[in-house]
Amino acid sequence: MTDIFDIYLLEAMVNGILLGGVLALLALGLNLIFGVIDVTWICYAELVMIGMYGMYYMVQVFGLPYYVAAPFAILLVAGLGALLHLLVIAPLLTAPPINQLLATGGVLFVLQSFATVAFGIDFRNLGIRMPVLKLFEMHLSYSRLLAFAAALIGMLLVYFFMKRTYIGTAIRAISQDRQIMALMGVDTRRIYLITSALGGALAGLAACLLVLQYDIHPFVGLSFGPITFLIVVLGGLGNFVGGFVAAFVFAEIISLGGLFSDLEWGYVLAFAFFIVMMFIRPAGLLARRS
Amino acid sequence: MLELKSVDAGYGTFQALFGVSLDVKAGEAVGVIGPNGAGKTTLMRVISGLIRPTAGSISMEGTDILKTPEHRIVSLGIAHVPENRRLFPRLTVEDNLKMGAFMPEARARFAERLEFVFDLFPRMKERRHQMAGTMSGGEQQMCAIGRALMSDPKLLLLDEPSAGLAPVVVQQVFELVKRIRSGGLTVLIVEQNVQQVLKVVDRAYLLEAGSIRASGSSQEMLANDSIRQAYLGV
Repeated sequence: MTDIFDIYLLEAMVNGILLGGVLALLALGLNLIFGVIDVTWICYAELVMIGMYGMYYMVQVFGLPYYVAAPFAILLVAGLGALLHLLVIAPLLTAPPINQLLATGGVLFVLQSFATVAFGIDFRNLGIRMPVLKLFEMHLSYSRLLAFAAALIGMLLVYFFMKRTYIGTAIRAISQDRQIMALMGVDTRRIYLITSALGGALAGLAACLLVLQYDIHPFVGLSFGPITFLIVVLGGLGNFVGGFVAAFVFAEIISLGGLFSDLEWGYVLAFAFFIVMMFIRPAGLLARRS
Repeated sequence: MLELKSVDAGYGTFQALFGVSLDVKAGEAVGVIGPNGAGKTTLMRVISGLIRPTAGSISMEGTDILKTPEHRIVSLGIAHVPENRRLFPRLTVEDNLKMGAFMPEARARFAERLEFVFDLFPRMKERRHQMAGTMSGGEQQMCAIGRALMSDPKLLLLDEPSAGLAPVVVQQVFELVKRIRSGGLTVLIVEQNVQQVLKVVDRAYLLEAGSIRASGSSQEMLANDSIRQAYLGV
């Protein structure tokens, strides 16, 4: 009896880690946008949803192989991120934060409605069934393992981009002192655009990975959008490392909570944990002492 | 090299500069002295494009600065070490220096410039992997000057380099300005530390309440009675 229970516990913990990878990827994208441009894309998960539809049409309708379609989906959402910046954020850069928030909230409904009209409300999927890996009595799905590995690789690429390149260094610098960037010869508008495209690309990568695990419908963003915001806030807005840690904390709570009861209870526990943490550490898990 | 003609500038409805004309010739070191709130920092900021004048003209080697996008002004050869240093505190010393070489012309010569700056400030080489915000005020000032030198400028703008530093360190900073000058770099320096700055510059302007009130060689300025009384306390 105890042996079986332990295996389930272990399996839930491993699944939590696997889920955490994708959530960390989403949190990184949102943190990047917030840290650099100082706006929150409320509609971030809806960009993922559009990316998932992109994958659906390329794979199911046009018959492209998954691995060929994925780069196009990433490019599509990267372009969408850049477009969102140019059309919605750039004109509102100096507007009060609440207006920026409302504007991206508006984009959320526009994208949901657009998807409903254009794609209908049917649940769709890629029709790709990945095998399940049996490891020490545990059942781990390949789609989750692939998602975890790809998310980690994506995050590593972003890390090296941020550390090694001039643009990446400028992205880190801009959040520390916006006004003097021109003295360095940096065109902040260009950095904003590149960051928006990068944030979009991360949403696109997440779309390629989530499409293997979730059915696609216009409201699928609600399955991971709110949780991404909690993660980013818990980690401390704009704090990359905090967001990374918080993603795994939340994923474990959801996964273990789901083990002891229904999956929905995992989410309830995660949200309750968030509310408690907001009382204890309102500035985030790894808040910087000022 | 640098020429300002009747420049007016300000912030919103507040006007900080009134018809300021000033010129800096190649190879010169020129000082701008004056009290707090005289418009010295504003003067530096209109030159590097951080704020745009409401009237007048500014040119660098014949190029109209007002028609140059703000992020291209550094490519004209103007490097600005801003007031309070303004390093990126949570970037390493080396990353701060890297930002100074951001423009494409400077990137190509990054290694060469880095060596130049490390020769000038061996301390920066020791601290290259340290977060800039954790260094002492004097070291941060060196890093800020080093960052500006990374772009291989023709004209270095120094805004209050001695502000907030211990007297011994102030001495070091002015020694450094002398050394930088001797390398052929043109310097425009804004200072409240009148005594010290007049020792390193060839000429100086007195800026009060947004207008140039006096100008002349360092000796002339030192001999000027009103300057002696107001700024040197003798």
